[in-house]
Amino acid sequence: MTLLSFGVALLAFVVLGPVLGCFLTGADRIITARMQGRVGPPFLQPYYDVQKLLAKERRSLNSFQGYYLILALVMTVLSGAFFFAGGNILLVVFLISLSSLLFVIAAYSTRSPYAEIGAGREIIQVLAYEPMIILLGVFFYLATGSFDTSAVATLGLPLVALLPLIFVGLLFILTIKLRKSPFDLSFSHHAHQELVKGITTEMSGHNLAVVEITHWYESVLFLGYVGLFFVWAPPLTLVLAVVVGLAVYFLEIVIDNSFARVKWQYMLSWSWIVTLVCCALSMVLLFALYGFVV
Amino acid sequence: MSASVKSPWVLHYDASSCNGCDIEVLAALTPLYDVERFGIINTGNPKHADLFLITGSVNERQVPIIRQLYEQMLEPKVVIACGICACTGGVFKECYNTLGGVDVAIPVDVYAPGCAVRPETLIDAVVEGLGILEEKRLLLAAKSLKPAELPARPSAADKLVQGETVAAAWQKAIANALQTAGQEEQ
Repeated sequence: MTLLSFGVALLAFVVLGPVLGCFLTGADRIITARMQGRVGPPFLQPYYDVQKLLAKERRSLNSFQGYYLILALVMTVLSGAFFFAGGNILLVVFLISLSSLLFVIAAYSTRSPYAEIGAGREIIQVLAYEPMIILLGVFFYLATGSFDTSAVATLGLPLVALLPLIFVGLLFILTIKLRKSPFDLSFSHHAHQELVKGITTEMSGHNLAVVEITHWYESVLFLGYVGLFFVWAPPLTLVLAVVVGLAVYFLEIVIDNSFARVKWQYMLSWSWIVTLVCCALSMVLLFALYGFVV
Repeated sequence: MSASVKSPWVLHYDASSCNGCDIEVLAALTPLYDVERFGIINTGNPKHADLFLITGSVNERQVPIIRQLYEQMLEPKVVIACGICACTGGVFKECYNTLGGVDVAIPVDVYAPGCAVRPETLIDAVVEGLGILEEKRLLLAAKSLKPAELPARPSAADKLVQGETVAAAWQKAIANALQTAGQEEQ
Protein backbone atom coordinates (compact mmCIF):
# COMPACT_ATOMS: atom_id res chain seq x y z
CA MET A 1 0.00 0.00 0.00
CA THR A 2 1.52 3.30 -1.07
CA LEU A 3 0.62 6.72 0.26
CA LEU A 4 -1.06 7.49 -3.06
CA SER A 5 -3.30 4.40 -3.03
CA PHE A 6 -4.22 5.16 0.58
CA GLY A 7 -5.11 8.74 -0.36
CA VAL A 8 -7.27 7.59 -3.27
CA ALA A 9 -9.01 4.96 -1.12
CA LEU A 10 -9.56 7.47 1.69
CA LEU A 11 -11.11 9.99 -0.69
CA ALA A 12 -13.26 7.36 -2.40
CA PHE A 13 -14.44 5.88 0.91
CA VAL A 14 -15.20 9.28 2.43
CA VAL A 15 -17.37 10.19 -0.56
CA LEU A 16 -18.86 6.86 -1.63
CA GLY A 17 -19.09 5.14 1.78
CA PRO A 18 -22.03 7.14 3.16
CA VAL A 19 -23.79 7.18 -0.23
CA LEU A 20 -23.65 3.39 -0.50
CA GLY A 21 -24.45 2.97 3.20
CA CYS A 22 -27.47 5.26 2.84
CA PHE A 23 -28.69 3.30 -0.19
CA LEU A 24 -28.21 0.01 1.68
CA THR A 25 -30.17 1.27 4.69
CA GLY A 26 -32.90 2.72 2.46
CA ALA A 27 -33.23 -0.57 0.57
CA ASP A 28 -33.21 -2.41 3.91
CA ARG A 29 -36.16 -0.37 5.18
CA ILE A 30 -38.20 -0.91 2.01
CA ILE A 31 -37.45 -4.65 1.85
CA THR A 32 -38.24 -5.00 5.57
CA ALA A 33 -41.57 -3.19 5.04
CA ARG A 34 -42.44 -5.41 2.07
CA MET A 35 -41.65 -8.52 4.13
CA GLN A 36 -44.12 -7.23 6.74
CA GLY A 37 -46.80 -6.52 4.10
CA ARG A 38 -46.25 -2.75 4.19
CA VAL A 39 -45.25 -0.27 1.49
CA GLY A 40 -42.39 1.25 3.44
CA PRO A 41 -40.69 4.65 3.38
CA PRO A 42 -39.07 6.33 0.35
CA PHE A 43 -35.70 4.95 -0.77
CA LEU A 44 -33.84 8.05 0.49
CA GLN A 45 -35.55 8.00 3.91
CA PRO A 46 -32.27 7.47 5.87
CA TYR A 47 -30.88 10.59 4.17
CA TYR A 48 -33.98 12.61 5.12
CA ASP A 49 -33.66 11.34 8.71
CA VAL A 50 -30.06 12.52 8.98
CA GLN A 51 -30.86 15.86 7.34
CA LYS A 52 -33.67 16.38 9.84
CA LEU A 53 -31.49 15.41 12.79
CA LEU A 54 -28.87 17.96 11.72
CA ALA A 55 -31.54 20.68 11.66
CA LYS A 56 -32.63 19.96 15.25
CA GLU A 57 -31.76 22.07 18.25
CA ARG A 58 -28.27 21.34 19.63
CA ARG A 59 -28.32 20.01 23.15
CA SER A 60 -26.47 17.20 24.93
CA LEU A 61 -26.00 16.18 28.54
CA ASN A 62 -22.22 16.09 28.21
CA SER A 63 -20.53 18.50 25.85
CA PHE A 64 -17.78 15.92 25.16
CA GLN A 65 -20.26 13.38 23.80
CA GLY A 66 -20.18 15.01 20.37
CA TYR A 67 -16.36 14.82 20.20
CA TYR A 68 -16.34 11.12 21.13
CA LEU A 69 -18.86 10.38 18.40
CA ILE A 70 -16.99 12.38 15.76
CA LEU A 71 -13.77 10.58 16.73
CA ALA A 72 -15.63 7.27 16.37
CA LEU A 73 -16.67 8.38 12.88
CA VAL A 74 -13.09 9.34 11.98
CA MET A 75 -11.78 5.96 13.20
CA THR A 76 -14.39 4.14 11.10
CA VAL A 77 -13.49 6.18 8.02
CA LEU A 78 -9.75 5.55 8.53
CA SER A 79 -10.41 1.86 9.07
CA GLY A 80 -12.43 1.64 5.83
CA ALA A 81 -9.78 3.58 3.92
CA PHE A 82 -7.05 1.17 5.08
CA PHE A 83 -9.25 -1.78 4.15
CA PHE A 84 -10.10 -0.65 0.63
CA ALA A 85 -6.56 0.62 -0.02
CA GLY A 86 -5.33 -2.94 0.54
CA GLY A 87 -3.76 -2.13 3.91
CA ASN A 88 -3.07 -4.21 6.99
CA ILE A 89 -6.17 -6.09 8.10
CA LEU A 90 -5.14 -6.03 11.77
CA LEU A 91 -4.99 -2.22 11.64
CA VAL A 92 -8.47 -2.23 10.11
CA VAL A 93 -9.78 -4.48 12.89
CA PHE A 94 -8.21 -2.46 15.69
CA LEU A 95 -9.33 0.91 14.32
CA ILE A 96 -12.92 -0.31 14.12
CA SER A 97 -12.64 -1.63 17.71
CA LEU A 98 -11.44 1.82 18.78
CA SER A 99 -14.50 3.27 17.07
CA SER A 100 -16.78 0.93 19.07
CA LEU A 101 -14.93 1.90 22.24
CA LEU A 102 -15.44 5.62 21.60
CA PHE A 103 -19.11 4.97 20.93
CA VAL A 104 -19.39 3.19 24.30
CA ILE A 105 -17.57 6.04 26.08
CA ALA A 106 -19.94 8.54 24.44
CA ALA A 107 -22.90 6.62 25.87
CA TYR A 108 -21.35 6.30 29.35
CA SER A 109 -20.49 10.03 29.44
CA THR A 110 -24.15 10.96 29.98
CA ARG A 111 -24.63 8.88 33.15
CA SER A 112 -28.14 7.96 32.03
CA PRO A 113 -29.26 4.53 33.30
CA TYR A 114 -30.72 3.50 29.93
CA ALA A 115 -27.64 4.60 28.01
CA GLU A 116 -25.41 2.84 30.56
CA ILE A 117 -27.20 -0.48 30.17
CA GLY A 118 -27.08 0.02 26.40
CA ALA A 119 -23.34 0.71 26.61
CA GLY A 120 -22.85 -2.37 28.80
CA ARG A 121 -24.62 -4.46 26.21
CA GLU A 122 -22.50 -2.91 23.45
CA ILE A 123 -19.39 -4.06 25.35
CA ILE A 124 -20.84 -7.57 25.54
CA GLN A 125 -21.45 -7.41 21.79
CA VAL A 126 -17.83 -6.39 21.20
CA LEU A 127 -16.78 -9.26 23.46
CA ALA A 128 -18.92 -11.62 21.36
CA TYR A 129 -17.67 -10.68 17.90
CA GLU A 130 -14.11 -9.52 18.53
CA PRO A 131 -12.44 -13.00 18.79
CA MET A 132 -13.88 -13.97 15.41
CA ILE A 133 -12.74 -10.72 13.79
CA ILE A 134 -9.19 -11.00 15.15
CA LEU A 135 -8.96 -14.69 14.20
CA LEU A 136 -10.20 -13.69 10.75
CA GLY A 137 -7.03 -11.59 10.47
CA VAL A 138 -4.90 -14.49 11.72
CA PHE A 139 -6.43 -16.96 9.24
CA PHE A 140 -6.11 -14.39 6.50
CA TYR A 141 -2.38 -14.44 7.18
CA LEU A 142 -2.25 -18.25 7.27
CA ALA A 143 -4.00 -18.47 3.92
CA THR A 144 -2.30 -15.65 2.04
CA GLY A 145 1.02 -15.22 3.83
CA SER A 146 0.35 -11.52 4.33
CA PHE A 147 -1.73 -9.27 6.53
CA ASP A 148 -2.40 -6.86 3.65
CA THR A 149 -5.89 -7.13 2.21
CA SER A 150 -4.36 -6.50 -1.23
CA ALA A 151 -2.79 -9.98 -0.96
CA VAL A 152 -6.07 -11.56 -2.12
CA ALA A 153 -5.33 -10.24 -5.63
CA THR A 154 -2.37 -12.65 -5.85
CA LEU A 155 -4.41 -15.74 -4.97
CA GLY A 156 -5.22 -18.41 -7.52
CA LEU A 157 -8.55 -19.22 -5.89
CA PRO A 158 -10.92 -17.23 -3.66
CA LEU A 159 -10.42 -17.01 0.07
CA VAL A 160 -13.80 -18.65 0.60
CA ALA A 161 -12.41 -21.86 -0.94
CA LEU A 162 -9.48 -21.78 1.46
CA LEU A 163 -11.40 -20.69 4.55
CA PRO A 164 -15.07 -21.67 4.09
CA LEU A 165 -15.72 -22.03 7.81
CA ILE A 166 -14.14 -18.68 8.63
CA PHE A 167 -16.65 -17.22 6.19
CA VAL A 168 -19.49 -18.97 8.07
CA GLY A 169 -18.15 -17.59 11.35
CA LEU A 170 -18.00 -14.11 9.83
CA LEU A 171 -21.61 -14.39 8.66
CA PHE A 172 -22.64 -15.32 12.21
CA ILE A 173 -21.04 -12.30 13.86
CA LEU A 174 -22.02 -10.01 10.98
CA THR A 175 -25.55 -10.02 12.42
CA ILE A 176 -24.13 -8.48 15.61
CA LYS A 177 -22.01 -5.96 13.69
CA LEU A 178 -24.87 -4.83 11.45
CA ARG A 179 -27.16 -4.49 14.52
CA LYS A 180 -29.75 -6.93 13.25
CA SER A 181 -32.12 -9.15 15.21
CA PRO A 182 -31.61 -11.56 17.00
CA PHE A 183 -28.41 -9.78 18.14
CA ASP A 184 -29.48 -6.10 18.18
CA LEU A 185 -29.08 -5.86 21.95
CA SER A 186 -27.49 -2.45 22.44
CA PHE A 187 -29.75 -0.63 20.01
CA SER A 188 -31.96 -1.50 17.13
CA HIS A 189 -33.22 0.34 14.09
CA HIS A 190 -36.69 -0.93 14.81
CA ALA A 191 -39.10 1.15 16.82
CA HIS A 192 -39.32 0.14 20.45
CA GLN A 193 -37.06 -1.98 22.54
CA GLU A 194 -36.99 -2.70 26.23
CA LEU A 195 -34.26 -0.10 26.91
CA VAL A 196 -35.93 2.85 25.17
CA LYS A 197 -33.20 3.30 22.54
CA GLY A 198 -30.38 1.55 24.37
CA ILE A 199 -26.94 3.02 23.76
CA THR A 200 -28.31 5.93 21.69
CA THR A 201 -30.92 6.98 24.28
CA GLU A 202 -29.09 10.18 25.21
CA MET A 203 -27.83 10.97 21.72
CA SER A 204 -30.05 13.44 19.96
CA GLY A 205 -30.00 15.86 17.04
CA HIS A 206 -26.61 16.18 15.37
CA ASN A 207 -25.04 13.55 17.66
CA LEU A 208 -27.57 10.96 16.49
CA ALA A 209 -26.91 12.04 12.90
CA VAL A 210 -23.19 11.29 13.41
CA VAL A 211 -24.09 7.85 14.83
CA GLU A 212 -26.24 7.17 11.78
CA ILE A 213 -23.53 8.22 9.32
CA THR A 214 -20.97 6.10 11.21
CA HIS A 215 -23.32 3.16 10.81
CA TRP A 216 -23.49 3.76 7.04
CA TYR A 217 -19.70 3.62 6.81
CA GLU A 218 -19.59 0.54 9.05
CA SER A 219 -22.16 -1.32 6.93
CA VAL A 220 -20.09 -0.76 3.78
CA LEU A 221 -16.89 -1.82 5.55
CA PHE A 222 -18.43 -5.00 6.97
CA LEU A 223 -19.83 -5.98 3.58
CA GLY A 224 -16.28 -5.33 2.36
CA TYR A 225 -15.12 -8.09 4.79
CA VAL A 226 -17.62 -10.40 3.07
CA GLY A 227 -16.49 -9.35 -0.40
CA LEU A 228 -12.86 -10.00 0.57
CA PHE A 229 -13.62 -13.73 0.54
CA PHE A 230 -14.66 -13.64 -3.13
CA VAL A 231 -11.84 -11.64 -4.69
CA TRP A 232 -8.87 -13.38 -6.29
CA ALA A 233 -6.47 -12.72 -9.18
CA PRO A 234 -8.90 -11.87 -12.06
CA PRO A 235 -10.08 -8.24 -11.68
CA LEU A 236 -13.66 -9.18 -12.66
CA THR A 237 -14.00 -11.03 -9.35
CA LEU A 238 -14.55 -7.59 -7.77
CA VAL A 239 -18.01 -7.64 -9.37
CA LEU A 240 -18.63 -11.07 -7.85
CA ALA A 241 -17.57 -9.66 -4.46
CA VAL A 242 -20.12 -6.83 -4.74
CA VAL A 243 -22.89 -9.25 -5.75
CA VAL A 244 -22.09 -11.60 -2.86
CA GLY A 245 -21.94 -8.63 -0.47
CA LEU A 246 -25.42 -7.53 -1.52
CA ALA A 247 -26.73 -11.10 -1.29
CA VAL A 248 -25.36 -11.40 2.23
CA TYR A 249 -26.99 -8.09 3.17
CA PHE A 250 -30.31 -9.45 1.89
CA LEU A 251 -29.76 -12.61 3.95
CA GLU A 252 -29.19 -10.40 7.02
CA ILE A 253 -32.50 -8.60 6.35
CA VAL A 254 -34.28 -11.98 6.14
CA ILE A 255 -32.66 -13.02 9.45
CA ASP A 256 -33.56 -9.65 10.98
CA ASN A 257 -37.22 -10.16 10.10
CA SER A 258 -37.39 -13.81 11.13
CA PHE A 259 -35.98 -13.75 14.63
CA ALA A 260 -36.78 -12.10 17.94
CA ARG A 261 -34.06 -10.51 20.05
CA VAL A 262 -32.22 -13.03 22.26
CA LYS A 263 -30.70 -12.69 25.71
CA TRP A 264 -27.08 -11.57 25.85
CA GLN A 265 -25.99 -14.87 27.43
CA TYR A 266 -27.24 -16.71 24.35
CA MET A 267 -25.51 -14.29 21.99
CA LEU A 268 -22.20 -14.43 23.83
CA SER A 269 -22.09 -18.20 24.27
CA TRP A 270 -23.18 -19.01 20.72
CA SER A 271 -20.89 -16.53 19.02
CA TRP A 272 -17.95 -17.97 20.97
CA ILE A 273 -18.98 -21.55 20.23
CA VAL A 274 -19.31 -20.76 16.52
CA THR A 275 -15.96 -18.93 16.57
CA LEU A 276 -14.21 -21.79 18.33
CA VAL A 277 -15.65 -24.55 16.14
CA CYS A 278 -15.18 -22.68 12.87
CA CYS A 279 -11.62 -21.67 13.65
CA ALA A 280 -10.55 -25.11 14.93
CA LEU A 281 -12.02 -26.89 11.89
CA SER A 282 -10.57 -24.26 9.53
CA MET A 283 -7.14 -24.91 10.97
CA VAL A 284 -7.51 -28.66 10.28
CA LEU A 285 -8.92 -28.02 6.81
CA LEU A 286 -6.23 -25.56 5.86
CA PHE A 287 -3.40 -27.92 6.81
CA ALA A 288 -5.02 -31.12 5.57
CA LEU A 289 -6.24 -29.87 2.19
CA TYR A 290 -3.72 -27.27 1.23
CA GLY A 291 -0.79 -28.06 3.48
CA PHE A 292 -0.11 -24.46 4.46
CA VAL A 293 2.59 -24.06 7.04
CA VAL A 294 2.80 -21.13 9.42
CA MET B 1 -40.43 20.40 1.34
CA SER B 2 -37.64 20.09 3.87
CA ALA B 3 -36.38 16.93 5.49
CA SER B 4 -38.00 17.60 8.88
CA VAL B 5 -41.38 17.18 7.22
CA LYS B 6 -40.29 13.93 5.60
CA SER B 7 -39.06 12.25 8.77
CA PRO B 8 -41.26 13.01 11.77
CA TRP B 9 -40.49 10.65 14.62
CA VAL B 10 -43.25 10.11 17.10
CA LEU B 11 -43.33 9.81 20.87
CA HIS B 12 -46.55 8.24 22.12
CA TYR B 13 -47.64 8.78 25.70
CA ASP B 14 -50.76 7.47 27.42
CA ALA B 15 -51.81 10.04 30.06
CA SER B 16 -54.87 8.27 31.49
CA SER B 17 -56.50 6.95 28.37
CA CYS B 18 -58.87 3.98 28.35
CA ASN B 19 -56.44 2.53 25.73
CA GLY B 20 -58.96 3.04 22.93
CA CYS B 21 -56.97 5.88 21.38
CA ASP B 22 -53.67 4.07 22.06
CA ILE B 23 -54.84 1.12 20.04
CA GLU B 24 -55.75 3.50 17.20
CA VAL B 25 -52.34 5.22 17.40
CA LEU B 26 -50.65 1.85 17.07
CA ALA B 27 -53.12 0.80 14.36
CA ALA B 28 -51.77 3.67 12.25
CA LEU B 29 -48.40 1.86 12.25
CA THR B 30 -49.84 -1.44 11.02
CA PRO B 31 -49.76 -2.55 7.36
CA LEU B 32 -53.29 -1.21 6.75
CA TYR B 33 -52.34 2.44 7.34
CA ASP B 34 -48.52 2.10 7.34
CA VAL B 35 -47.48 5.61 8.38
CA GLU B 36 -43.83 4.66 7.78
CA ARG B 37 -44.65 5.55 4.15
CA PHE B 38 -44.28 9.15 5.34
CA GLY B 39 -41.10 8.42 7.28
CA ILE B 40 -42.96 8.30 10.60
CA ILE B 41 -41.30 6.10 13.20
CA ASN B 42 -42.62 5.41 16.67
CA THR B 43 -39.59 5.99 18.90
CA GLY B 44 -39.81 5.30 22.60
CA ASN B 45 -37.45 8.17 23.29
CA PRO B 46 -38.39 11.85 23.81
CA LYS B 47 -34.86 12.90 22.82
CA HIS B 48 -35.33 11.44 19.34
CA ALA B 49 -38.93 12.51 18.79
CA ASP B 50 -40.40 15.41 16.79
CA LEU B 51 -44.09 14.77 17.38
CA PHE B 52 -45.57 14.19 20.83
CA LEU B 53 -48.83 12.22 20.63
CA ILE B 54 -50.73 12.18 23.92
CA THR B 55 -53.90 10.22 24.58
CA GLY B 56 -56.26 10.47 27.52
CA SER B 57 -57.24 13.19 29.98
CA VAL B 58 -54.70 14.65 32.37
CA ASN B 59 -54.75 14.41 36.16
CA GLU B 60 -52.40 16.04 38.66
CA ARG B 61 -50.00 13.10 38.78
CA GLN B 62 -49.54 13.29 35.01
CA VAL B 63 -48.55 16.95 34.81
CA PRO B 64 -44.87 16.67 35.90
CA ILE B 65 -44.38 13.58 33.70
CA ILE B 66 -45.84 15.21 30.59
CA ARG B 67 -43.84 18.36 31.22
CA GLN B 68 -40.62 16.39 31.64
CA LEU B 69 -41.18 14.48 28.39
CA TYR B 70 -42.01 17.74 26.63
CA GLU B 71 -38.90 19.47 27.93
CA GLN B 72 -36.68 16.54 26.93
CA MET B 73 -37.80 16.85 23.32
CA LEU B 74 -35.64 19.08 21.15
CA GLU B 75 -37.01 21.95 19.08
CA PRO B 76 -38.63 21.94 16.58
CA LYS B 77 -41.39 19.87 18.23
CA VAL B 78 -45.14 19.61 17.89
CA VAL B 79 -47.71 18.34 20.39
CA ILE B 80 -50.80 16.52 19.14
CA ALA B 81 -53.68 15.75 21.50
CA CYS B 82 -55.18 12.46 20.29
CA GLY B 83 -58.80 11.78 21.15
CA ILE B 84 -61.46 13.87 22.85
CA CYS B 85 -60.12 13.16 26.36
CA ALA B 86 -56.71 14.56 25.42
CA CYS B 87 -58.39 17.54 23.72
CA THR B 88 -60.72 18.64 26.53
CA GLY B 89 -60.95 15.94 29.17
CA GLY B 90 -63.91 14.32 27.41
CA VAL B 91 -66.39 12.44 29.56
CA PHE B 92 -63.92 12.65 32.45
CA LYS B 93 -63.80 16.44 32.31
CA GLU B 94 -65.89 16.92 35.43
CA CYS B 95 -64.35 14.13 37.50
CA TYR B 96 -62.82 15.54 40.69
CA ASN B 97 -59.39 14.09 39.87
CA THR B 98 -59.20 15.21 36.23
CA LEU B 99 -57.66 18.53 35.28
CA GLY B 100 -58.83 18.51 31.66
CA GLY B 101 -57.09 18.09 28.31
CA VAL B 102 -53.37 18.02 27.61
CA ASP B 103 -53.30 21.81 27.24
CA VAL B 104 -53.49 22.21 31.02
CA ALA B 105 -49.93 20.85 31.20
CA ILE B 106 -48.18 21.84 27.96
CA PRO B 107 -49.05 23.93 24.89
CA VAL B 108 -50.89 21.82 22.30
CA ASP B 109 -50.44 22.50 18.56
CA VAL B 110 -53.02 20.18 17.00
CA TYR B 111 -56.24 18.74 18.42
CA ALA B 112 -57.45 15.42 16.96
CA PRO B 113 -60.90 14.69 18.42
CA GLY B 114 -62.74 11.38 18.37
CA CYS B 115 -63.70 8.60 20.74
CA ALA B 116 -61.67 6.68 19.93
CA VAL B 117 -59.71 8.87 17.52
CA ARG B 118 -59.74 7.30 14.02
CA PRO B 119 -56.41 6.51 12.35
CA GLU B 120 -57.50 8.74 9.45
CA THR B 121 -58.04 11.66 11.85
CA LEU B 122 -54.64 10.94 13.37
CA ILE B 123 -52.94 10.98 9.98
CA ASP B 124 -54.71 14.28 9.15
CA ALA B 125 -53.59 15.72 12.49
CA VAL B 126 -50.00 14.63 11.87
CA VAL B 127 -50.06 16.23 8.41
CA GLU B 128 -51.29 19.47 9.95
CA GLY B 129 -48.66 19.14 12.67
CA LEU B 130 -45.96 18.82 10.00
CA GLY B 131 -46.84 22.29 8.68
CA ILE B 132 -46.34 23.69 12.19
CA LEU B 133 -43.13 21.67 12.55
CA GLU B 134 -41.78 23.26 9.38
CA GLU B 135 -42.71 26.76 10.60
CA LYS B 136 -40.89 26.09 13.87
CA ARG B 137 -37.85 24.73 12.01
CA LEU B 138 -37.61 27.91 9.95
CA LEU B 139 -37.92 30.01 13.12
CA LEU B 140 -35.21 27.90 14.77
CA ALA B 141 -32.93 28.31 11.75
CA ALA B 142 -33.49 32.08 11.92
CA LYS B 143 -32.75 31.89 15.69
CA SER B 144 -36.08 33.53 16.49
CA LEU B 145 -37.94 30.53 17.95
CA LYS B 146 -39.08 31.47 21.43
CA PRO B 147 -39.32 28.68 24.01
CA ALA B 148 -42.95 27.70 24.51
CA GLU B 149 -44.52 29.00 27.71
CA LEU B 150 -45.98 26.34 29.93
CA PRO B 151 -49.45 27.00 31.36
CA ALA B 152 -49.54 27.92 35.07
CA ARG B 153 -49.29 24.78 37.22
CA PRO B 154 -52.93 23.72 37.51
CA SER B 155 -54.63 22.29 40.57
CA ALA B 156 -57.64 19.99 40.55
CA ALA B 157 -59.13 21.97 43.46
CA ASP B 158 -59.33 25.15 41.34
CA LYS B 159 -61.07 23.40 38.44
CA LEU B 160 -64.45 24.90 37.51
CA VAL B 161 -67.27 22.35 37.46
CA GLN B 162 -70.77 23.65 36.72
CA GLY B 163 -69.74 27.21 37.44
CA GLU B 164 -67.91 26.68 40.75
CA THR B 165 -64.50 25.37 41.74
CA VAL B 166 -64.07 21.81 42.94
CA ALA B 167 -62.74 23.14 46.26
CA ALA B 168 -65.83 25.32 46.79
CA ALA B 169 -68.13 22.44 45.84
CA TRP B 170 -66.40 20.17 48.36
CA GLN B 171 -66.55 22.79 51.10
CA LYS B 172 -70.23 23.25 50.42
CA ALA B 173 -70.81 19.48 50.47
CA ILE B 174 -68.96 19.14 53.76
CA ALA B 175 -70.91 22.05 55.29
CA ASN B 176 -74.16 20.46 54.10
CA ALA B 177 -73.20 17.10 55.59
CA LEU B 178 -72.31 18.68 58.92
CA GLN B 179 -75.57 20.62 58.96
CA THR B 180 -77.57 17.46 58.20
CA ALA B 181 -75.72 15.60 60.96
CA GLY B 182 -76.43 18.45 63.40
CA GLN B 183 -80.15 18.43 62.54
CA GLU B 184 -80.36 14.67 63.09
CA GLU B 185 -78.78 15.01 66.54
CA GLN B 186 -81.42 17.61 67.55
